[in-house]
Amino acid sequence: MPKKARKTKSKEPKLSKPPKLKERGQGNFFEALILLLPSGLWLFLLLVLPTLVIFQLSLVPDIKPGMVVDPSGIENYLRAFEGTFLWVILRSIFFALGTTFSCLILGFPIAYWIGYMLPRGWRNLCLLAFILPLWTSSLLRSYAWISILRPTGLLNSVLVYFDLPPIQILNSPIAVLIGMTYSYLPFMVLILYTAIEKLDSRVLEAAADLGAKPSVIFEKITIPQTSPGILAGCLLVFIGSLGDFVDPELLGGASSMTMARLIYNQFLGTTQNWGFGSALSMLLIIAVSIAIALLLKYGDRSATEA
Amino acid sequence: MIFKAFQKKAPSVSEVAEFDVELRGVSKSFRGETVVREVDLQIAPGEFFSILGPSGCGKTTTLRLIAGFEHASAGEVVIQGNSMSRVPAHQRPVNTVFQSYALFSHLNVAENVAFGLKLQNLKRQEIKERVEEALTLVKMIDFAKRLPQQLSGGQQQRVALARALVNRPAVLLLDEPLGALDLKLRKEMQLELSNIHQDLGMTFIMVTHDQEEALSLSNRIAVMQGGRIEQIGSPAEIYECPRTPFVADFIGDTNLFLGRSREHGNTIQVSTDEGLDLVIQPRYQLPSPMPEDVVVSIRPEKIKMSLQPQANQPNCFEGRLRNVMYKGTHAYYRVELLQGKMITVMYPKASNNLPSPTTPVYVLWHPADCLLVWEPLPTGKATPTEEEH
Repeated sequence: MPKKARKTKSKEPKLSKPPKLKERGQGNFFEALILLLPSGLWLFLLLVLPTLVIFQLSLVPDIKPGMVVDPSGIENYLRAFEGTFLWVILRSIFFALGTTFSCLILGFPIAYWIGYMLPRGWRNLCLLAFILPLWTSSLLRSYAWISILRPTGLLNSVLVYFDLPPIQILNSPIAVLIGMTYSYLPFMVLILYTAIEKLDSRVLEAAADLGAKPSVIFEKITIPQTSPGILAGCLLVFIGSLGDFVDPELLGGASSMTMARLIYNQFLGTTQNWGFGSALSMLLIIAVSIAIALLLKYGDRSATEA
Repeated sequence: MIFKAFQKKAPSVSEVAEFDVELRGVSKSFRGETVVREVDLQIAPGEFFSILGPSGCGKTTTLRLIAGFEHASAGEVVIQGNSMSRVPAHQRPVNTVFQSYALFSHLNVAENVAFGLKLQNLKRQEIKERVEEALTLVKMIDFAKRLPQQLSGGQQQRVALARALVNRPAVLLLDEPLGALDLKLRKEMQLELSNIHQDLGMTFIMVTHDQEEALSLSNRIAVMQGGRIEQIGSPAEIYECPRTPFVADFIGDTNLFLGRSREHGNTIQVSTDEGLDLVIQPRYQLPSPMPEDVVVSIRPEKIKMSLQPQANQPNCFEGRLRNVMYKGTHAYYRVELLQGKMITVMYPKASNNLPSPTTPVYVLWHPADCLLVWEPLPTGKATPTEEEH
């Protein structure tokens, strides 16, 4: 063993630093400024500033359009956690979690099939075909689901044709979940695909060689090896579906009020309470920010480990 | 084949098994392309057996057929007397060391090695002891907590070896195990592989394209080419008595002559395509009738070179020295014969006063040093005339 230690030591001097080039991360300050100025300005004017305005508004209780902004407390935030509004927040989280879960369950086999079982030449074509729905407007996709799910729609026509009782799905949480899953599934598949495509078939063979049956290989090798992709896909779908407005609005009906719709009501709907809407918006921004922070930290292990 | 599958339940069968691994007429095709053709192999317990051949010769596929990653299109694989036709990879009593190591990047070294043991539901203490034992064997015990990507290629190779050995398989399969290592490390690992094989007495089947590695490590070697086994034998047999032109050419350096043979008493005379008349004393029984188109192989170390013509000697030809390749312990002389054929001659040392390119030199070799080989009969099996057991 000491022989080994000596060996690694003697190798170290060989790994001396490459010739002095201009090192990364030591660029000129003004060069950086010029590069970042356009996007920085854009972000500041259209993201940071409005967010600050919303934050200011959120501190004014019961503010209506035209009133003087006079920040005075956190009542708006406290109100969001009261009774019916708390249910709205919980329902939003439930929809987001449900969408994430069903996207994962549906998306993994698809991504596995495209990324691992399909011959290499067919993968891109298949992936393209799969994300084609993303090219149409989300509004159109939701309307398509309405025409499928409505009482006299396609689904019930098929059920009636086979002498089955028609079902009422539209304007229920199930319709929202179906619509959101459909909307976010391509994102999940895309991200899972990139993780699964990197799977080394020889590593899976090695597990089989050591006595693992297919279900054990899946549990002990496939899932851990693709976990960064799974996490990234889940967080992305969660973030997107938490703030989704179109699907709950069009497919959910009155009983499926979500945060996005509640916020909409505070600004453009009947309630006209900008302060409360701003507080809800801030809560949503904070929740999504936490999710993005998690995504950056754990989403791609290879990037952080390097 | 179904009958064989049932047989594996009878323990008596495996007890009387003479061979650890047997391939019976195994073929494998991928989309109509035959990669392995009617391979027959018998590997005895405790043997270090190598499958040697150029890339694309089907050697890795043969190993994968034994491991169970591929299923034979025809024929059957028998391990310790049990047919493996219906046995998936995870139930076979073999373990593989992969060329790419195929370590589990999300598990540390000790967890990698423990993977197979945990699946056997062994007691925690036993797993721990056996992992330590295996890591000590491959001198990696100090790296137990490292992740594979934090190790060098040679260290990963040792972990892959430990991960396979720790399960105490009946047969260890090694797929180009040292292919990715640099020369010095490879020599070191060859020695260690040889020691481990001797210590454990396990059957090793190694696939390699490195003839030196195969010759120095193995008890027996199968030389493969185009999906077929060209010759099976001990390293000495393969080197000294190649049976096909391919083996003669592939193993070691040699001079090959194509020609037509005719019998002449105890000797064979071969008229080569270049117009040389060679005299050969065959070293083993030749088939009758003698195949007409033959290949004659003469190793560079069997050829002598002189400045004087050797009168009345067979196999003596005039030529001119073209170049010298210095190899440290010896040197290769390239001599162009008057008939236009280039001959490589090995000499233990490079001489200081070399003949000039215009001076006639004479090459000479003994009729008994010529190896006579010919293309195998078109049945796909090695010539059935002589099999030295």
